[in-house]
Amino acid sequence: MRQDTKFTNQNFRVIGSRVNRPDGMDKVTGRARYGADYDAPGQLVGLFLRSPHAHARIVSMDISRAEKLAGVKAIITADDLPDLTNGNREMLDILENSMARGRALYDGHAVAAVAASDVKTARKALKLIKVEYEQLPHVTDVDEAMQPDAPVIHDWIFTQGVNPTPKKPSNVCNRTEMGHGDVDAGFARAAHIIEKSYKTEQTHQGYIEPHACVASMGPDGSGELWVTTQGHFAYRNVCAELLGLDIAKLKVTSSEIGGGFGGKTHVWAEPIALALSRKANRPVKVVMTRDEVFRATGPASSTSIDVKIGVTKKGRIIAASAELRYADGAFPGPWAILGAMTSFACYDLKNVKTVGYDVICNRPKVAAYRAPSAPMAAFAIESTVDLAAAAVGMDAVDFRIKNAAKKGTLSSYGVTYGPIGIGPTLDAAKNHPHMKAKLKKNQGRGMACGFWFNFGGQTCSTINIAADGTVNLSVGTIDVGGSRASLSLIAAEELGIPYEHVKASVADTASLGHNDMTDGSRGTFSSGMATIVAARRAIEVMKERAAAMWDIPVDKVDWKDGHAVAKGKKNSKLAPLSLKEIAENSPNTGGPIAGHNEFVADGAGVSFASHLCDVEVDPETGATRIVRYTVIQDAGKAIHPDYVEGQFQGGAAQGIGWALNEEYIYGEDGRLQNPGFLDYRIPVCSDLPFIDTQILEIPNPDHPYGVRGVGETSIVPPLAAIGNAISNAVGLRMTHVPMSPPRILAALEAGE
Amino acid sequence: MSTSTVSTTINGDAVQFACPTDESLLDAIRNRVGLTGVKEGCGTGDCGACSITMDGRLVCSCLVLGVEANGRAIETVEGMADGDQLHPLQEKFIEHAALQCGICTPGFLIAARVLLERNPDPTEKEIRYALAGNLCRCTGYDKIVRAVQAAAKEMRKASKKRTRK
Ligand code: FES
Ligand code: FES
Repeated sequence: MRQDTKFTNQNFRVIGSRVNRPDGMDKVTGRARYGADYDAPGQLVGLFLRSPHAHARIVSMDISRAEKLAGVKAIITADDLPDLTNGNREMLDILENSMARGRALYDGHAVAAVAASDVKTARKALKLIKVEYEQLPHVTDVDEAMQPDAPVIHDWIFTQGVNPTPKKPSNVCNRTEMGHGDVDAGFARAAHIIEKSYKTEQTHQGYIEPHACVASMGPDGSGELWVTTQGHFAYRNVCAELLGLDIAKLKVTSSEIGGGFGGKTHVWAEPIALALSRKANRPVKVVMTRDEVFRATGPASSTSIDVKIGVTKKGRIIAASAELRYADGAFPGPWAILGAMTSFACYDLKNVKTVGYDVICNRPKVAAYRAPSAPMAAFAIESTVDLAAAAVGMDAVDFRIKNAAKKGTLSSYGVTYGPIGIGPTLDAAKNHPHMKAKLKKNQGRGMACGFWFNFGGQTCSTINIAADGTVNLSVGTIDVGGSRASLSLIAAEELGIPYEHVKASVADTASLGHNDMTDGSRGTFSSGMATIVAARRAIEVMKERAAAMWDIPVDKVDWKDGHAVAKGKKNSKLAPLSLKEIAENSPNTGGPIAGHNEFVADGAGVSFASHLCDVEVDPETGATRIVRYTVIQDAGKAIHPDYVEGQFQGGAAQGIGWALNEEYIYGEDGRLQNPGFLDYRIPVCSDLPFIDTQILEIPNPDHPYGVRGVGETSIVPPLAAIGNAISNAVGLRMTHVPMSPPRILAALEAGE
Repeated sequence: MSTSTVSTTINGDAVQFACPTDESLLDAIRNRVGLTGVKEGCGTGDCGACSITMDGRLVCSCLVLGVEANGRAIETVEGMADGDQLHPLQEKFIEHAALQCGICTPGFLIAARVLLERNPDPTEKEIRYALAGNLCRCTGYDKIVRAVQAAAKEMRKASKKRTRK
């Protein structure tokens, strides 16, 4: 059904207030149940055997001794997982990533799994499984993987997007090109041309909660899965397809989620846990170790990017191009495509071209990480934009203001913008007190901009009015950072009742229609929209009930501030009926009152941010300290400002870690050398200052309240903002992320 | 590996459990005592999600053996509230939106309580260093530090009132 979701600029009663979140109490008392906090009666422990090699053929596998060990109830290898994907290579990739099929493709790739009565037995069983590997040549670096003499990892990959399709397989799975105008002609007219190459290392989402699930499958083909996920409906569909189950017979319940950032949008151990359970006919619990999380799940791409920007004397970008090479890990993904799309999205350009290459290498299959692929592209582009500004002697902010995209701009990825926030965030940056703060020795200030699309997608929500006038709101998008609070505010706003009267929950897959995952910053945007419509439908029902109670036609009933109001002179004596009164009478007026909505949310509304950052570089150690940090971002409309700020701050902190420290370090042998929080160092409390935020509200015309997604854009600018700040502090243009102390020290020494 | 019987006090209650001598206190508390407010983020002492106190000392329960709890007094997040009265830190964490996903919250609450017991009026820097053993990936720590500051202030006010009485 089409529904009207245009922005209406209404006045709000509760939207925008900073209420306490409904799940806060459980989370501060230890009562909230996350993935690992659930047990099923009679459950077994599931553990994985993983490849120690970057690339190896599995010559043979002997599980007979492990099978005979007392307490071992099931062992799963690829032999237990027939390919039911009907030629859908993407689905087969997911299956193969969950369990190697004849070849281990990266260090940590699962090759077998065991379910046993306790963890000790399971560990012993893993040791008894004998795998004979034949090591194959491997490649982990994106540029090396593109070389003609690189070991070709998959013989079925022939570069897509080039005409004609190559006859020889290679590691380049896709070439994508976009843009408009004529860049060559543009560069020919440029007064200055800046060209620079960059590299960024691989990072992990680093959620503190490891993947965990409890799977329970009966011999009748019905099953249940308790799991920490960003999308329980998607997990259900994927697991059902891979295991040949009827979708409706697999019930997936999402636990509280201990962070995801994109990393819990993909299944890893879950299909295998279900397969183990099916084989053992017992529930199986799988909880990954941190080592497994790093080696086998998650990471974002490592990249290598060339940028070329041409400017006129007056400081207009006249041509811009970039070539972006993204490592997808062991299986193809859309990562370079996203990088190429986002690269120049902040600017109004006549001539622009981006080319992206998705590249296979012997690393874990890349997963989404908050505005996936955008931070690396932004690092390269925004660093070069600073150089371009300097070339024409312009201030970095003024230069960006001059070149910023605006309403009507044809974006570099082909969309023409409606009202957008890049200009306003830049103006706010220019006028921010941060800009005037004094800098000390070895300190420098940098800024950068960022963009993310935001998604809408399939959504379904239900409102049920209880007999006492309190309200259950059931949504199908996972609450990753406070969305139950925002969605309760929306329901309360629409129904005209106090926030405290709404109880929002994330329904399991058997209780609600399909919902896409909480990704693309879509949770509050799309479930919010569905909640608005569901509430409005419940109001229609309540108007009918009020009409029945009054015995007047329903077109004589209005809804105002949580009350049915009778219209017209004739009815002026009828006192308004509250939602509570209507609910109390519902058994006599037609039974339970509900409102429901299912639809595909369109028009998510693009999001822009500008970040300001002061750093201090220690010339002795090369260490960089963040002295001050400011995030300015367009939220469209902030439903719950605390959690909008929280998204701004959290994304900035992740970007700071990415910029300064975090990286996957692979040895010559292709093994990951730092799969733990000690050596993969994410920012700690003493690394960071308070992170200032400024929320701008440029309404999204395609949402009733003007909401835009807010979750992701904040991770996009920090890499470049910090790189630019370091450059202004010590005169070094860093082109390799992370800008860790050894890299800065080396650059300082080389410069001397 | 042999099994040992452990008699300990957890959040004021006498508790007995039997556990293998090589099992971590984290696993024993979660799987044998059933208090799952104590979280495992790493199992190697690097994230602080498993923070508890043992005889008042802040420890990572993943680095302590279950048998070491014998005869000690353990406090976990489940014991922070006084009946239906939340600890000021718990209250301020909710009020200041100091949690997003909340998996790190139990560890932060315990670590912050130990800090405020020792230092009722910490500077921002002292708070940041005292909490540097606890990882949070969601918040950027901003609202956590503010919540601890607000709780400290409230606790100082309350103790002033008490001493005046
Ligand atoms: S689980 Fe103990 S420090 Fe991470
Ligand atoms: S709130 Fe998610 S890790 Fe701290």
